[in-house]
Amino acid sequence: MDALEIARWQFGITTVYHFMMVPLTIGLGLVVAVIQTLWYRTGKPEYLRMTKFWGKLFLINFIMGVATGIVQEFQFGMAWSEYSRFVGDVFGAPLAMEALLAFFVESTFLGLWIFGWKQLKPGLHLACLWIAVIGSVFSAYFIIVANSWMQHPVGVQMVNGRPVMTDAWAVFTNNTALVAVPHTLFGALAVAGAFLLGIAWYHLWRRRHDGIDTIGADGKVIPGEAPGIPGRDRNDHTVWIRSLRIGAVVAMISFAGTAVTGDLQGKLMFEQQPMKMAAAEAACHDGTGFSVLSVGNLGSKNCNDIVAVIEVPGILSFLAKGDFSTEVKGVNSLLDEYKAKYGTTLPDNPIYGDRAGQPIQYVPVMEVTYWGFRMMIGFGGIAALAALVALWATRKGTVPASRGLMRLAVFGILAPFGANAAGWIFTEMGRQPFVVAPNPDPSGIDQVFMFTAAAVSPGVSAGEIVTSLVVLTTIYAVLLVVEVKLLVKYIRGGVAAAMPELAHAPADESEGGTPPGGTPGRPEGDDVLAFAY
Amino acid sequence: MELLPTIWFIAIAVLWTGYLFLEGFDLGVGMLMKGFARNNTERRVLINTIGPVWDGNEVWLLTAGGATFAAFPLWYASLFSALYLPLLLVLVALIFRAVAFEYRGKVDNPKWRARWDWAISAGSFVAAFGVGAALALTTTGLPIDANGDRVGGPFAWFSGYAVLGGLAVVGFSLLHGLGFLALKTDGEVRHRARAWFVRLLPVLLLPIAGWAVSLQLLSGEAWTMAAVVAAVVAAVLAWNFARKGAEGRAFMSLGAFLLLGSASIFGAAFPVVMPSTLDPAFNLTVTNASSSDYTLGLMSIVACIGLPLVLAYQAWTYWVFRRRVSAAHIPEAHSFLPAIAAKALAPKD
Repeated sequence: MDALEIARWQFGITTVYHFMMVPLTIGLGLVVAVIQTLWYRTGKPEYLRMTKFWGKLFLINFIMGVATGIVQEFQFGMAWSEYSRFVGDVFGAPLAMEALLAFFVESTFLGLWIFGWKQLKPGLHLACLWIAVIGSVFSAYFIIVANSWMQHPVGVQMVNGRPVMTDAWAVFTNNTALVAVPHTLFGALAVAGAFLLGIAWYHLWRRRHDGIDTIGADGKVIPGEAPGIPGRDRNDHTVWIRSLRIGAVVAMISFAGTAVTGDLQGKLMFEQQPMKMAAAEAACHDGTGFSVLSVGNLGSKNCNDIVAVIEVPGILSFLAKGDFSTEVKGVNSLLDEYKAKYGTTLPDNPIYGDRAGQPIQYVPVMEVTYWGFRMMIGFGGIAALAALVALWATRKGTVPASRGLMRLAVFGILAPFGANAAGWIFTEMGRQPFVVAPNPDPSGIDQVFMFTAAAVSPGVSAGEIVTSLVVLTTIYAVLLVVEVKLLVKYIRGGVAAAMPELAHAPADESEGGTPPGGTPGRPEGDDVLAFAY
Repeated sequence: MELLPTIWFIAIAVLWTGYLFLEGFDLGVGMLMKGFARNNTERRVLINTIGPVWDGNEVWLLTAGGATFAAFPLWYASLFSALYLPLLLVLVALIFRAVAFEYRGKVDNPKWRARWDWAISAGSFVAAFGVGAALALTTTGLPIDANGDRVGGPFAWFSGYAVLGGLAVVGFSLLHGLGFLALKTDGEVRHRARAWFVRLLPVLLLPIAGWAVSLQLLSGEAWTMAAVVAAVVAAVLAWNFARKGAEGRAFMSLGAFLLLGSASIFGAAFPVVMPSTLDPAFNLTVTNASSSDYTLGLMSIVACIGLPLVLAYQAWTYWVFRRRVSAAHIPEAHSFLPAIAAKALAPKD
């Protein structure tokens, strides 16, 4: 493998990894902010408990997103210096704005939220969380603007062989970004929904299993108390059943959201990167049918030996155009168009190094695009369906006693993670062989594109990139184990793990202050440190 | 000299100075977790002085990096790719350090804590050293060709300046961390930090002074040399204030030292952002490495709105958490009984 291949693996691995933490941060952040708002408005103790418990898990995960995010910004320059030189005039701006306008807000106000429980008045403290969470949403926006420019370059002119920004408005309102942002946010909420649902299910199941909650003659739950265990009181039952329902509703709404925005995104993509969508279908020839199952050697890059075994006529046309009869171009006809427009071999330019003159492979790896597309939809759909079933199954106030169902709910947490990862892998791999895909709009800038083969750092050796790949992958693997271990520890700990006051005074129901309206929790004179470090 | 690229050179100098001023002390406090802090309570005092702010401070690094990408893409591409392995070390250090702050107290076990303490201490050291080496090398030069790519193997970047710059930021951060602890803690830690500050100041500032002076010899101008002299005066003031127990003034004087020192360094380097040690014709300068005026104009508007806001709310954070931290404030470690592992309640199956 040469430097290019290794650098691509590194970017893929570090990005997919980073994007396991990010959606949970965004989604769970929004959910915790809503829950704390409910506490602020109602003063009900279960909402404080939920804020503390889910907030603790949020923070354990948040820090991993921060730590792995720095790698992302550095590696454009480190491993992809030619890319950075080519796109810098346009691509650097959203990254810099992300840091300056969004990430500063997020980290500063989150610090205030973590440490300010007693220093700040409840309303201000809540506002800090909202500001941090909105910061994370803006973060997502800026990053997606940058990514969307790679998918669909707009607002530039070529000057001396490099794109130069001429219209910032076009860059920041790129239609690709405008549909990708809500799609990503709904994807993040889907992760949070399944996270709440799975963990709350586990606690409800455990309460039944331990004999704390029982079922009455009418089939409804009778919440109980376990005096020996901190936090295992009646309120605890409310915490979990409400978390479960919030999670299920969030999961279903966000699936609907991803479906609608994903459809819009798909229709754009059929215009902007037709080859990506043809490869998502593994469709050789023009047609109208959506493949439910295709067999053959998807990896052969020769679609003639792929056969669609089950195909639904008309659906592909609907995904692409919104009707059931328009012919959608297949790989074969697109291939000729791409070759005519962008050449058949990599140009004889020093930035291609040894790769100059090699034939250009315009068809993405179809195993990845075909299955990536279906896994994204499949995992998302399964999670939403499971949420619906969960709402029905818990209508009597608790979960079934089945251990298998509990396990299913817990492992179901992984489904939306899978959908997010599959979606990103699909859209990034589907863009190949371009790192900046040409924009086929008749806007006169369809010569703004870059082959991935030209993007890697020419001065960096394969050995250096192998070193970083091995080092980062190892560290990421170790830290994943640590993060999951800590999450599990705090999940098993229940609410008391995140609320020392419950463990120390289990009978006290005032729980560290009530929001305004009642007597607000005054900062205790000398208590500078109300946190865990 | 073109106006916008010059303004952006100054902006990036400001961002790096902001980074060194703010993260400087939390890197210093991090390093002091080993050697300075004597027991777990003291270590928790140390962490809690920077707990609410270190993450916000670190964003200055991301902003400096991102702004370099946006304003001087060719500088960003050449510097980051030339220093591939040292920056990898910085990344590893920052990853461990960040995670350590959050995870250290999550398991109540001395072995667990000791490991993360090492991560904080070593991570802070490596990050400070790496950032310092990178900054020094971008002012003194790297072996880059006409395209801006490194010529030579993975270690072709190495020179004495890398070590000097690394030690410069490590030394400054340690001293700044001591000054910060003297300002932010009370009791035993405060007094020890101040005593160390006074005793170690001359040694810890030596490398950064060496970097500033050697740069003056390479490409200094009258005003940048004057800045070096003024910086030395600020250092003497800091020492004197600390000796008298005026911790706030000592801290601000050291801040002035950084400001002047950084002005002398960036000023002497200007207009070259990254010299080539192979051929001066390959030098990257504010003009040949910058983005278009359109992009720089856009970024200027964004920076004029964003930067004052950042300064305002970060200042407010320091105000909210202005109280000194002392060992007496440190609560007991929170160990908890897992709610679901209570075997006492005889499981049904």
